Amino acid sequence: MKRYTMVGLLLALLLGVTVWMTSKGSVGIFKMFSGMKIVSATLRHLQIVAAAEVLAIGIGIPIGFLSTRHAFRFVSPVLIGIANIGQTVPTLAFIGIAGALLGMGYNAAVIALFVYATLPIIRNTYAGILSLDPAIKEAAQGMGMSKWQVTSRVELPLARPVIMAGIRTSTVVNVGTAAVAGMIGAGGLGALIMTGIAVRVMPIIIQGAAPTAALAIALDALLGGLEDWMTPRGLKVLKKAQWQE
Amino acid sequence: MIKLDQVGKTYADGTEAVKDLCLEIKEGEFCVLLGPSGCGKTTTMKMINRLIPLTTGKIYIDGVDVYKLESNELRRGIGYAIQNIGLFPHLTVCQNIATVPMLKKWPKPKQRARAEELLTLVGMDPGTFIDRYPSELSGGQQQRVGVARCLGADPPILVMDEPFGAIDPITRNKLQDEFLRIQAKIRKTIAFVTHDINEAIKMGDRIALMREGVLVQFADPATLLSSPKDEFVRNFVGADRVLKGLRLLKAKDVMKKPPLTVKVGEDPMQVKARMERDKLRWAMLTEDDGRFLGWITWEDLHASKTIREIIIPPSVTASPDTLLNEALSMMLNSAIGTLAILNEKECLLGVLSFEIIRDVLGQQVGEAQTEP
Repeated sequence: MKRYTMVGLLLALLLGVTVWMTSKGSVGIFKMFSGMKIVSATLRHLQIVAAAEVLAIGIGIPIGFLSTRHAFRFVSPVLIGIANIGQTVPTLAFIGIAGALLGMGYNAAVIALFVYATLPIIRNTYAGILSLDPAIKEAAQGMGMSKWQVTSRVELPLARPVIMAGIRTSTVVNVGTAAVAGMIGAGGLGALIMTGIAVRVMPIIIQGAAPTAALAIALDALLGGLEDWMTPRGLKVLKKAQWQE
Repeated sequence: MIKLDQVGKTYADGTEAVKDLCLEIKEGEFCVLLGPSGCGKTTTMKMINRLIPLTTGKIYIDGVDVYKLESNELRRGIGYAIQNIGLFPHLTVCQNIATVPMLKKWPKPKQRARAEELLTLVGMDPGTFIDRYPSELSGGQQQRVGVARCLGADPPILVMDEPFGAIDPITRNKLQDEFLRIQAKIRKTIAFVTHDINEAIKMGDRIALMREGVLVQFADPATLLSSPKDEFVRNFVGADRVLKGLRLLKAKDVMKKPPLTVKVGEDPMQVKARMERDKLRWAMLTEDDGRFLGWITWEDLHASKTIREIIIPPSVTASPDTLLNEALSMMLNSAIGTLAILNEKECLLGVLSFEIIRDVLGQQVGEAQTEP
């Protein structure tokens, strides 16, 4: 509960600052962005993040899962290696490279973000499934579960919290990366920040930066709640028991 | 019931885990697969439910080749329990126990009823435990649930891989006793893997001792102890194999009638005269209704004292079901070296002495020596 109070306060602060800056109307010769413009930029930002994230989840979970299968044991070290190393590339460099390769605009940004967002999902899905006690899988098999039943009834439910954590990390990072993607002409809140930097007007930068931060915090809280809700109850009990030890 | 016919397993790297193994487990028999680690006992067990495919030979269950059956169908008909228990942490005790019933698509209420029944069987209160999660149970309770789960859909066959291996000795002993009690009731055909010779002797109707993938000796526990087939078996069962044999017998199997039983009301001097005549140094004393009171010795008997005044109360007594090894250590601890065996109403049933146990041991050693 404490956590959500903190999140609420932070969001109120960030939105308050945004409204305050917008209410200024203009700074010197520069006109501030209108409230409507900020709302539409936020929606655009969300659209980029959501499109990339949906693709990343749709592709990342199957790749992470298949990497744990025996049949893919030769390719999985390569895939997981790429996923690990890819994440160390700074977002700015990543977007720069994507812009150079794919050109400018919305589609290029979504593709770049999607690739970047897939990495933590692949890695967490892979780690989540591999970390399961082999005895549990063996018991499931030995009692006559089909391969599909072992996956759907045992492996995925047990790995779900870790996979969800990957999605959460990936989404939050993505909100920040999407702001950088403003650089390659994708629009969104990044464009507002870029404008502010170009004309060196601090309130305009804040008009873009504060909603970006608010978006990241809000999505993190939302997905944290979802993660909690999707964790099987037996595992929460387990966590509690381990804490008490 | 289960028949292994010249079964062999060679792994991809060329190691021969099991070689040309023939073994027949009868219906309702508790067969222990015993041996040091790497002897192929677990591989053998897992070949029965096809978790490990066999390289050569055939395995039949009720005369049907297991490879004629669909593997998941086969496994749902064979209860499976493993050392690390492998309970599903995200499922309740009820869902865990009803895993196979669920796979067999039993209706939900029937699954729950079965889970309740099995929890009761393994000595856990369904009301308390059925909706708990595995992490809320102690190690021993988890192991019980593991046993209950392997009985889920009442399979005629159980394969168990050191199911009591990962728990403390006291709980393990208790679970072994309880499992034997359950087995006496349900009479499953069991292939039970262990490396613990004591567990094997205690649990098994027959023991298949393996070494490097080869079946060395397949015999009942008494035979294995008294007539080890070769040096390996002799070493594996241990130098104290004769003493281990005592575990196979209970007090009621070998106890004798007391040489002289005296009632408290009898006249001391008459008793003394009888003891002198029979050259007895001690006698056992009971209440008129047969309840055991203690011992009296010849020296203590005097005309001036009543019998009640000279009783030596027993420091320890045993029940008819006490195992002989326990009885022996009780006797070593007690002053007299003779142990009274009482029923639950404390009535005297018989007596154990060092002589009796020595005779039992002598018979076993004798058997061993007559072996070629």
